[in-house]
Amino acid sequence: MKLSVHDLNSHYGPAHILFDIALDVGEGEVVALLGRNGAGKSTTFRSIVGLVAQRTGRILFEGNDVSDQPTHAIVRGGLGYVPEERRIFTDLTVEENLEVGRQPERPNAPHWTREKLFALFPNLAEMRGRLGGRMSGGEQQMLTIARTLMGNPSLVLLDEPSEGLSPKIVEQMVDAILTMKKEGVSMLVSEQNLHFARLISDRTYIIERGRICFSGTMSELDARPDIRDAHLAL
Amino acid sequence: MAFYFVQFLTGLASAASLFLVASGLSIIFGVTRIVNFAHGAFYMLGAYVAFTLTERFSGAIGFWGGIVAAAAIVALVGVLVEMVLLRRIYHAPELFQLLATFGLTLMVEDLVVLIWGPSDLLGRRAPGFKGAVDFFGQNIPSYDLFLIGLGPLVLGLLWLLFQRTRWGVLVRAATQDRDMVAALGVNQKWLFTSVFAVGVFLAALGGALQIPRDAVHHAMDLRIIVDVFVVVVIGGLGSIIGAFVAAVLVSELNAFGILIFPKISIILVFLVMAAVLIVRPWGLFGRQEAAARRTPGLTINPWRPLTSNERLAAVAALALAAALPLIGGNYALTVGSEIAIFVIFAASLHFLMSVGGLASFGHAAYFGLGAYGVAFLAKLAGLPMILSLLLGPLLGLAGAAVFGFFAVQLSGVYFAMLTLAFAQIVWSIAFQWVAVTGGDNGILGVWPESWAASPAHFYWLSIAVAALAVAVLRIIVFSPFGFALRATRDSPLRGEAIGIDGKRIQWTAFVIAGTVAGVAGALFAYLKGSIFPDSLGISLSVDALVMVLLGGVETVSGAILGAIVYKALSIWLVSQTDLSKLVLGGIIVLIVVAFPKGIVGMLETIRQRRPPTPPKSALLTSGIETAE
Repeated sequence: MKLSVHDLNSHYGPAHILFDIALDVGEGEVVALLGRNGAGKSTTFRSIVGLVAQRTGRILFEGNDVSDQPTHAIVRGGLGYVPEERRIFTDLTVEENLEVGRQPERPNAPHWTREKLFALFPNLAEMRGRLGGRMSGGEQQMLTIARTLMGNPSLVLLDEPSEGLSPKIVEQMVDAILTMKKEGVSMLVSEQNLHFARLISDRTYIIERGRICFSGTMSELDARPDIRDAHLAL
Repeated sequence: MAFYFVQFLTGLASAASLFLVASGLSIIFGVTRIVNFAHGAFYMLGAYVAFTLTERFSGAIGFWGGIVAAAAIVALVGVLVEMVLLRRIYHAPELFQLLATFGLTLMVEDLVVLIWGPSDLLGRRAPGFKGAVDFFGQNIPSYDLFLIGLGPLVLGLLWLLFQRTRWGVLVRAATQDRDMVAALGVNQKWLFTSVFAVGVFLAALGGALQIPRDAVHHAMDLRIIVDVFVVVVIGGLGSIIGAFVAAVLVSELNAFGILIFPKISIILVFLVMAAVLIVRPWGLFGRQEAAARRTPGLTINPWRPLTSNERLAAVAALALAAALPLIGGNYALTVGSEIAIFVIFAASLHFLMSVGGLASFGHAAYFGLGAYGVAFLAKLAGLPMILSLLLGPLLGLAGAAVFGFFAVQLSGVYFAMLTLAFAQIVWSIAFQWVAVTGGDNGILGVWPESWAASPAHFYWLSIAVAALAVAVLRIIVFSPFGFALRATRDSPLRGEAIGIDGKRIQWTAFVIAGTVAGVAGALFAYLKGSIFPDSLGISLSVDALVMVLLGGVETVSGAILGAIVYKALSIWLVSQTDLSKLVLGGIIVLIVVAFPKGIVGMLETIRQRRPPTPPKSALLTSGIETAE
């Protein structure tokens, strides 16, 4: 297993957000984490990379327990994180944003260079010197993924990559994710959009009110329209 | 004409050190969000260490090498401070960070006296820059020309460092979003430490470069830090180019201010700062900060008025205090009066800081103004004591009305820096305007009239006024005005949305607090029989902050207990040790790191400690949608 999460519980202050989350991502797999707004998708991701202070449970990445490591150490180990809000450095240029993400090459993960990333996201190649704050939402979404890939991760947590994007950009995003997969990057992708998830993922989990309530392949999910309709807004 | 040009060049030369220190402060603030009060102390340490090194090693290499080595050594000290102290308080409210670094400043002040002695030290002249250049009959020291060139050079180097290196890119990224930088695999701890080292290096270099121009002494730190605060307020915190432009502006204003208003040259700087703040509240090159963390950042117990039993207890405590003349001698009564006066002062700051959420670092200005008000009325106008006591605090009110108007336009660290700068301006006026204030000699012979002259009578007067002031402030806290003030503190936007004019409420609170501080100052003038510029000084402002902090920022009555404990402790300390600043600074740091809730806060926590909270209700767990 690339990533396995056991008994993950998270709190914000007095509020208990995640309940006994358990999920796995296999080598080279793309897994979708589906759920409505506020179901706990982002909190799951933030908990995995150590950005939620109050959390318990075990997180195994490539067989190593990383639950007690600080965020930067987890990420340096090869677990990349793309936040939902993109969080581009608006005062930095595209190339400088990429520089912040740069990490040394890793033996077990594809190696990304600027040029390779500009080939993956051609829009970015045309605006290398542009400030992050002067980019459209779609361009920022590409930049935030490219920035994380600069760290040569073997697994990427991708939080709602299609959110707020135009259909044309969503298509490009699907292509980019499939290319990343072909290169050998494993991914856990959170989504509200079932159609998008269907195009990219091998397996899926559904999260609702902080609990995993379904796990299976896309066709298994299609066989359970009751679950689909109960937990996903279509 | 040549004279003015030389004056201009002198201003530029002074700007170099100011720029170095201010840019260091800005860089540190940009990434760590800490306003490093100890920056002046590092500047001073740089000068002292450079003095020792340049004395020890001769020749040009000895001199210039000594300057750079001094800056590097002090930067190492800075790294130590960052790792031991600052790493513990990065998540604390900004008031605590300012106080902790101020505590550090106090400790350094005593340490340099301990190591280098109390007298001024005259450093070596810079080899190769000992002479002067003749300019149409006016002499310009060639070292000044060197400094004039150095400023832009450092600016250029910093620009390269931040624009052209990976470290610079990481720092700029962290300035904007530290958590995201960590989420990209960068170890923030070391980034912060390295940033702090660079900032301290710049400050120490600024100090080291001053030794051929100025004597090294143990009060350099406060003098520079006030100028630096003015520079970063004008230029904008976090902006290096802003620090440069503002350093030049402030230095030139100082250079020419002396020509225009020789007695009160600081006025010119103040006028420019006020103008900048009105037009661009975040400085010439600054940008608006996201809403700062509220000053009290710990869990707040809901405030409530006293129950009738507690009221009885308060009255009983007051009666007990009033019985002191039965057992205490004259010395005890004088100390008692002083403590009562500081209860008033601390309560007034508490009102501004805890109730209003506005942590003033210059509250002594209004205390001192009240004292000077009394001195003017009693000595110059010859008014009777009662009238002087009633009218004297009006000077504090006036000062609070003027400065408060500007100060409440800002919040958080800007508010703190601005109030400090204002207080220092008032201090400078009292110090420089000898004809009116007597300057350093103060105004003497402000004695109470016979009805209040005996220590017992004066003590009763003091505690009566203190009880009255505390009661009035408490009534205001629980009045509609108090609710509006607290609403503005907790959420300015929501307050505005229900029709509260936040700025106006805060301004009113500032004036109330300033007036009450003026009352304390008025009594203080009569207690001491004299008034000196010290009563407006930074150390008195910080005393008040520590009293409030010691008692508990988040409690309603902490200031009272804090003032009593602190004042008694410091009177005792001064009698016990020559190193009172070292001890006091250590206590401040300790409180911030170990007991941020203060005495009363801790008592309340202990009293409220209950069995573990009941199991969470279903209501709580269903609320997760909004929490994500």
